[in-house]
Amino acid sequence: MSLHFIEVENLARRFPQPGRKPPVTVFEHVNFNIEKGEFICIIGHSGCGKSTILNVLAGLDSPSEGEFVMDGKEVSGPSRDRGVIFQNHSLLPWRSALGNVSFAVGARWPEWSRKKVREHSRSYLEMVGLANAENKKPSELSGGMRQRVGIARAFAIEPKLLLMDEPFGALDALTRGVIQEELLQIWGRTHQTVFMITHDVDEAILLADRVLLMTNGPDARIAESVVIDIPRPRDRSAIHQHPEYYTIRNHLVDFLITRSKTLQGRVGGPGQQPRTVNPVKGTGVPERGSTPRVVGGTG
Amino acid sequence: MASLNVRAAILSVLFLVLFLGAWQLATAPPGAPEHELTELELLMGLGAGSGGGMPAPTQVFSLAWEELSLAFHDGGPNDKGIGLQLMYSVGRVLAGFALAVVVAVPLGFLIGMSPVLNKALNPYIQVLKPISPLAWMPLALFTIQDAATSAIFVIFICSIWPMLVNTAFGVASVKRDWLNVARTLELSNLRTALFVILPAAAPTILTGMRISIGISWLVIVAAEMLVGGTGIGYYVWNEWNNLDIAAVIFAIVMIGIVGMLLDAVLAQAGHFLRYQE
Ligand SMILES: Nc1ncnc2c1ncn2[C@@H]1O[C@H](COP(=O)(O)OP(=O)(O)OP(=O)(O)O)[C@@H](O)[C@H]1O
Ligand SMILES: [Mg+2]
Repeated sequence: MSLHFIEVENLARRFPQPGRKPPVTVFEHVNFNIEKGEFICIIGHSGCGKSTILNVLAGLDSPSEGEFVMDGKEVSGPSRDRGVIFQNHSLLPWRSALGNVSFAVGARWPEWSRKKVREHSRSYLEMVGLANAENKKPSELSGGMRQRVGIARAFAIEPKLLLMDEPFGALDALTRGVIQEELLQIWGRTHQTVFMITHDVDEAILLADRVLLMTNGPDARIAESVVIDIPRPRDRSAIHQHPEYYTIRNHLVDFLITRSKTLQGRVGGPGQQPRTVNPVKGTGVPERGSTPRVVGGTG
Repeated sequence: MASLNVRAAILSVLFLVLFLGAWQLATAPPGAPEHELTELELLMGLGAGSGGGMPAPTQVFSLAWEELSLAFHDGGPNDKGIGLQLMYSVGRVLAGFALAVVVAVPLGFLIGMSPVLNKALNPYIQVLKPISPLAWMPLALFTIQDAATSAIFVIFICSIWPMLVNTAFGVASVKRDWLNVARTLELSNLRTALFVILPAAAPTILTGMRISIGISWLVIVAAEMLVGGTGIGYYVWNEWNNLDIAAVIFAIVMIGIVGMLLDAVLAQAGHFLRYQE
């Protein structure tokens, strides 16, 4: 019986330690749901286990405990239902931009003709603005262009769930902004379900419907699920002027500065969903730590 | 200012001219040799009016001209042109090398993909690798009972190791990310091997092949000196027995040129397979 598109239940991942030391728990009691078409961002300090969660969702790693149900079926192992955009683009360097996309498309639909594969792949390269770079090898593309090819490749196989591990982490601020906007446009058209890791609070507010906040590791938990209800379409250059922007931003930054530490290993439990917070309406906001502060400039 | 290439070419030619000039001066003294005969010359029986020791470059050139115009001449077992002899040698090298590719690349793939197999086979590889290929020759002659096939076996055994080690290393060091891409696309093991691991490891495998063919070409000359019959190694040994030093020098140069060509072919192939991250 599942009510949500994706249900993650009591997920935990422990790594054995050398010698006789007890295994270290990266995270546990991780419960959350994702609805179809939702854009979810997850934020937490480095090393708290975000990539580990994503790898479990991708099927590249298996959890020590818990399960992950998608579309009513328990998931184990990787599948073409879930597209992954890796942290460092991970394009195959001996294939051209088009070759990389069509490699994925050809694997997704083996019954398609070569021509159909090419056309489909090309349309996605066009979508990310790389129509005239299709024959270039990754080494001949800029960092931003490579990341765009990675996005085209992931979207082109039209997965039910798109997983992104800090896709823009390695890009400079300007390129980052441009690609964020492209991503928003593509997502606006396709309405894919997205689960994305980011370090960047502003990026999360721009993109996400909901932001999951993770406490520090080890023993990390997902402490809060923050609703971002700034209306769409969102405009990157104007979103800062939105009256609710800094209320949300301060809430997220406060979490990262204080609550991610103070709540470490102390929230949640078996089967317990993270606290849903709407900083604008003031619902679910914890008593301490949400003192309004003006945070100038960018993170 | 001429480009770097032009300047280097001029310098190269200059070195060659200097070298040949010095050689010519040293080997063509007017009149009979006046110096004491060295022990080696005595051993070789050169002193007795055979016209001196080392041939002059002009002599080598005229011999080279003759030999090359009769390169594919075949006048029986002891009278084959240099081209034919080189073809025998290249043929053996390619045969041994091809056999080694067939064994080393798939085996290297398995070793590279399985850490257990890697650990299990590593001691044997480490012991077998440093054995001089010629040390296998008696064993090969005894078991195979055929000189020509034994030479091919020796080439096989010496060219297998660099390819095996390089293939295993190349396969083992394929980036996790690329394998993860294949896994998320649910590629079959065979397709992953063919379309992800093989192209990723190809440059490393080719480096191994290049080392192998270089070693093979070194070894074939020695092997043919031992087994005799045909081939450039036999040619060199035969001319030495005839005391035709000019022919020996000519053969040495030809060995160098063919070795360079073999390497160049693989270098070119490597150029196609190389990728930049
Ligand atoms: N194979 C492993 N063996 C042991 N520990 C591991 C392994 N993989 C990850 N870890 C540990 O798990 C923790 C979480 O790692 P993870 O890569 O998920 O962090 P992250 O939140 O993605 O960090 P970042 O933001 O820096 O990418 C780290 O402390 C790391 O040391
Ligand atoms: Mg990470």
